[in-house]
Amino acid sequence: MELFFNQVINGIQSGCIYAALALALVLIFRSTSLLNFAQGEMAMFSTFIAYLFVDWGAPVVLAIIIAMAISMVGGAVIERTLIRPVGVDNVLAIVIVTIGIFIAVNALAGWIYGTDGRVFPRIFANESLVTFGDVTITQETVGTLGILLTVVALLYLLFQYTKIGLAMRAVASNPESSRLVGIPVGRVLMLGWGLAAALGGLAGALAAPQLNLSLNLMQGVLIYAFAAATLGGFDSPLGAVVGGLIVGVTQNLAGQYIEFFDGFELGSALLLILVVLLVRPQGLFGSKVVTRV
Amino acid sequence: MSRLALSPRRAVLGVVAVILAALVLYIPQYFEEFRVAQFSSVIAISIAVLGLALLTGFNGQISVGHGAFFGVGAYTTAILTADHEWGHLSTIPVAMVLCFLLGVAVGLPALRISGVYLALVTLALATLFPLVIQKYSDITGGSTGIGVPDFEAPAWAGGMADDQWAYYVLLTFAVITFVLVRNLVRSRVGRAIIAIRDGETAAEVLGVNLAFYKVMTFGISAMIAGLAGSLFVMNTAVLDRVDPAQYTITLSIKFLAALVIGGAATILGPVLGALFIVFVPEYSSEVDAELSNVIFGGVLIALMLVLPTGFLGGLRRIEAGILRRLGRDGEWRRAAGPDPRDGPDAEADSPDPGGSPTVEPAAS
Repeated sequence: MELFFNQVINGIQSGCIYAALALALVLIFRSTSLLNFAQGEMAMFSTFIAYLFVDWGAPVVLAIIIAMAISMVGGAVIERTLIRPVGVDNVLAIVIVTIGIFIAVNALAGWIYGTDGRVFPRIFANESLVTFGDVTITQETVGTLGILLTVVALLYLLFQYTKIGLAMRAVASNPESSRLVGIPVGRVLMLGWGLAAALGGLAGALAAPQLNLSLNLMQGVLIYAFAAATLGGFDSPLGAVVGGLIVGVTQNLAGQYIEFFDGFELGSALLLILVVLLVRPQGLFGSKVVTRV
Repeated sequence: MSRLALSPRRAVLGVVAVILAALVLYIPQYFEEFRVAQFSSVIAISIAVLGLALLTGFNGQISVGHGAFFGVGAYTTAILTADHEWGHLSTIPVAMVLCFLLGVAVGLPALRISGVYLALVTLALATLFPLVIQKYSDITGGSTGIGVPDFEAPAWAGGMADDQWAYYVLLTFAVITFVLVRNLVRSRVGRAIIAIRDGETAAEVLGVNLAFYKVMTFGISAMIAGLAGSLFVMNTAVLDRVDPAQYTITLSIKFLAALVIGGAATILGPVLGALFIVFVPEYSSEVDAELSNVIFGGVLIALMLVLPTGFLGGLRRIEAGILRRLGRDGEWRRAAGPDPRDGPDAEADSPDPGGSPTVEPAAS
């Protein structure tokens, strides 16, 4: 029984990482209705930037915040120069461009930082906070979850109660009409990508202590993050977190208890994606997509 | 098009085609073994990209997972020739049928998914493929892979070397496949497939059976990719084993890149794309090994911004631009003339500098 609970707790821990990256994916989708295949690599790159600052003596939290700010600018620049000229309608082109960014950013990071793994300092100590018999819940798990839920709350406030948030929702829903009512569509798109890039940086910083900072940091995470966003609903930040936790727990439990998935946990993520897209494509918390004919 | 523009164009294309055909046939006689084998892999890859073109370019279903179908074809041939002593060529139908069924199996759920989400699912499938290989390692040889027996030139081939034989075999299959796909695309079935890409709802309203065509296209596309994988493995002069590291998500991404580089909805584009992804990394890594991927990613992005229709699409745009300048009567105009496709009474974009009669006020 304790094995079960330990797997669940482990699942929540990895689930937090998936949830963090999923939040960035959801944010891009929410503000631009695009899926960004490069999100993980952008997150990895900004984590390396944070690492640089830590190396230069900055405290971890400050380094992460600075890296997030830099990433925000980077994300906005990417949107302006690479994504916008292609146009949202040309789906294949956008897929290619984001894949191209994936490849380029990964290679660039390799060229700048080299291929060795680095140890990234933890924000929260990996010590136990609560213990039930043999089951431990670490400070790190609780702290990470706390950060994620705060981000969700902040995003909710942004989208529901601010003019900017309303503008972002409008642009994602109908860029043409938004332009007609005077919303600076370009700047809103840049803001959306900037925020998502910043969130990605946060995700990387949360993942790095566990996974070790290297070029491959986010590659293992990306598909799980997509599964999390699909499960939760691509336009729901809360869904991203809930989805991430469920994906993490499912991954661990499936790997532990179903022989087919032993060493093959990615299969459980794929299965989850398929089932969700076939049964309830808008996910748990997302809104249904309605197309005008 | 006006008849004037047609004949010179056909003549030029005809001459170019003959020259290219001669060059292509001469390659194995001129180059050494390694190069010939490289060209053979270009041929195999171009077939795979052709399959992808049918699905993604002509039918609009984005697949970032064709590396997996390619891999299934490759492993089928490898397993049958290595462990069950089949002849190489006889494994081809098995690989094709298997991949067709797999394509249908993927195509069925894909009916409910579209656009980026389909890309996502196929991406996940392609990521899964090497893991599946490793999971069933007693059949597939796991991470060490399987050694493939040599594909040897038969006695009647007049002393041809193995690599040359492989090249000509692959070339034959390629030519047949390209002709068949070209005919398919130009047929009624092809028009239905393209109509689905351009507007599903409209196509459905016009009577196109969406489910049938979409699933069938997926199946055929996968089948072609499986054929390509099977042929790829017969290139034993340079590559005599299959292992999961060759069939990762990177391969699928390269196929998609090759597709758009050549021109997504074209028949010859895949050849250009295949040439690009086989030869360019070789040269870019000579320039700077670490930056070669940065260059590759950058090229992909730049291409989508500048030449979204690929090189072939770009060539066609240049050709159309030249034809417009040439006009119906063959005179070169500085400004664009009337579109020759518009018919005999079309208006020119700008006043005709050739001197059309001006209307003079009646003399009183």
